[in-house]
Amino acid sequence: MAHLDENPLGPHLPLDPLPGHSSMGRLERVLRRGEFAVTTELNPPDSANPEDVYERAAIFDGWVDGINAVDASGANCHMSSVGICALLTRMGYAPIMQIACRDKNRIAIQGDVLGAAAMGVCNIMCLTGDGVQAGDQPGAKPVFDLDCMSLLETVRIMRDNSKFLSGRKLTTPPKVFLGAAINPFAPPYDFRPYRLAKKIEAGAQFVQSQYCFDVPMFREYMKKVRDLGLHEKCYILVGVGPMASAKTAKWIRSNVPGIHIPDSVIARLEGAQDQKKEGKQLCIDIINEVKEIEGVSGIHVMAYRQEEYVAEMVHDSGVLKGRQPWKREPNPVDQLVAERIEAARSGQQQDQQQLAEKAAQHPH
Amino acid sequence: MADAVQKPGNAAPAKKAATGAFTPAGVSPNRRSRHKYTIRLWAVRNSRFFEWFYHRFAEVFLLLHPVWKLFGYQRVERPITFVEKHVKGFLFDCRMCGQCALSSTGMSCPMNCPKQLRNGPCGGVRANGNCEVEPDMPCVWVQAWKGSQNMAKGDAIMNVQKPVNQSLRETSSWLRVTAEAAAARETAANAGKDA
Ligand code: SF4
Repeated sequence: MAHLDENPLGPHLPLDPLPGHSSMGRLERVLRRGEFAVTTELNPPDSANPEDVYERAAIFDGWVDGINAVDASGANCHMSSVGICALLTRMGYAPIMQIACRDKNRIAIQGDVLGAAAMGVCNIMCLTGDGVQAGDQPGAKPVFDLDCMSLLETVRIMRDNSKFLSGRKLTTPPKVFLGAAINPFAPPYDFRPYRLAKKIEAGAQFVQSQYCFDVPMFREYMKKVRDLGLHEKCYILVGVGPMASAKTAKWIRSNVPGIHIPDSVIARLEGAQDQKKEGKQLCIDIINEVKEIEGVSGIHVMAYRQEEYVAEMVHDSGVLKGRQPWKREPNPVDQLVAERIEAARSGQQQDQQQLAEKAAQHPH
Repeated sequence: MADAVQKPGNAAPAKKAATGAFTPAGVSPNRRSRHKYTIRLWAVRNSRFFEWFYHRFAEVFLLLHPVWKLFGYQRVERPITFVEKHVKGFLFDCRMCGQCALSSTGMSCPMNCPKQLRNGPCGGVRANGNCEVEPDMPCVWVQAWKGSQNMAKGDAIMNVQKPVNQSLRETSSWLRVTAEAAAARETAANAGKDA
């Protein structure tokens, strides 16, 4: 049976745009169809080897609808999100490109958005970014020229109005599905739902939340969100992930900004024989709890350095309900590249001398 | 002086150094460790009063529009900027971005946020309501939310703010607002005449 998200004329062809969709990506299709989506995060390599990226992406094959290419998360240096997206789209993965406002000003960001869309990136996540103090280079200059809200608005204007922030026209707008992050677990708690409303107003179409370890707190948040009717305007993916041990959990709690881990979670991990296994089980339990909450459209699995467990946890929690996410997405320029290679192979050798002469005769 | 005793704060650089993480010498992202936030916090607590007061003040400024025009907005810019910078600097730790958002941010100046967010708190706010980047500073946006609750037009905090126009830095926001209001009034009057 042909996959639902497949071009009827052949799987190697790009998808047709659907009415009402802002991107041609599969993540948007899955969400708009009302299916439970699963996204995850690629641990960015500290190397210049493309194999590292492919290897890390391959573990997720057939289990996720999108892979986040993080933009120096935690303000630590890694391969850039643009670079990762270039590699992933080349291999047909569906990356969600993160853009953090910490390192780039509006000029660089708008250029990156165009570049990414040209490479075939269909999903862009707009983040503020952690402060530079959190990372390995606290002496860096924090940019924060835009904030996540104005970044969302900027990309939305580029997409919908075909314009740069300055008003200059774009000939082809970037067709992207816009995402943002939410953190319901940090003060001021009562402002958080309104902040989501603001993000939606600015252009967010889906959001991924910070790690959820405190389900009652999240329920409380979702209740407010439903009261405001926000779950109908935006797809909410809950951030989940396994904790390797009680010690890591404690370390994260005191060192990573914005992650709230209740004592009960730490107690449960501490009491377990095999903490790693318990961490995984805890994550599955949380997935099973949050998937029942009204207004939740999917999960975002962040299994830092435990990526191999993602498939297992997604399988064990049964959130996909037998659905198999599409593995490879054809890139719009695939055909062009193939033709180019073919031409290079069959064409005659370039004669440098001849080319130089030709160029000399053509002043333009 | 790499081995000088580092002050706590700034995500505790000393603690970080102890873990073996790289900590550059002589860099103190915690620029305001000796700063007291008393006045800034007091202004937020009294945001309702400041809102009222600013309205009266803006009206007076608008009444003085002919005066500004007489001298020329260009020429009064410098002295007014001087006054504005010091008054607002004292009350709100104003950073002179030139496009004041205080009435939309509960009288808590968003430019004091280390990330200069203009649209609400980041996800890193500490459980005690202090800033992620500067652990001794109450998060500007937690304060802004509190301040906006007291204000008559506190809902303005829900508006999505445009990115900062950096070329307006160190210019007077008071004069800009007045000039714009005067221009709007004139176009309205003209439209009334034409009709
Ligand atoms: S915690 Fe508050 S003050 Fe600190 S960076 Fe985040 S929003 Fe700004």
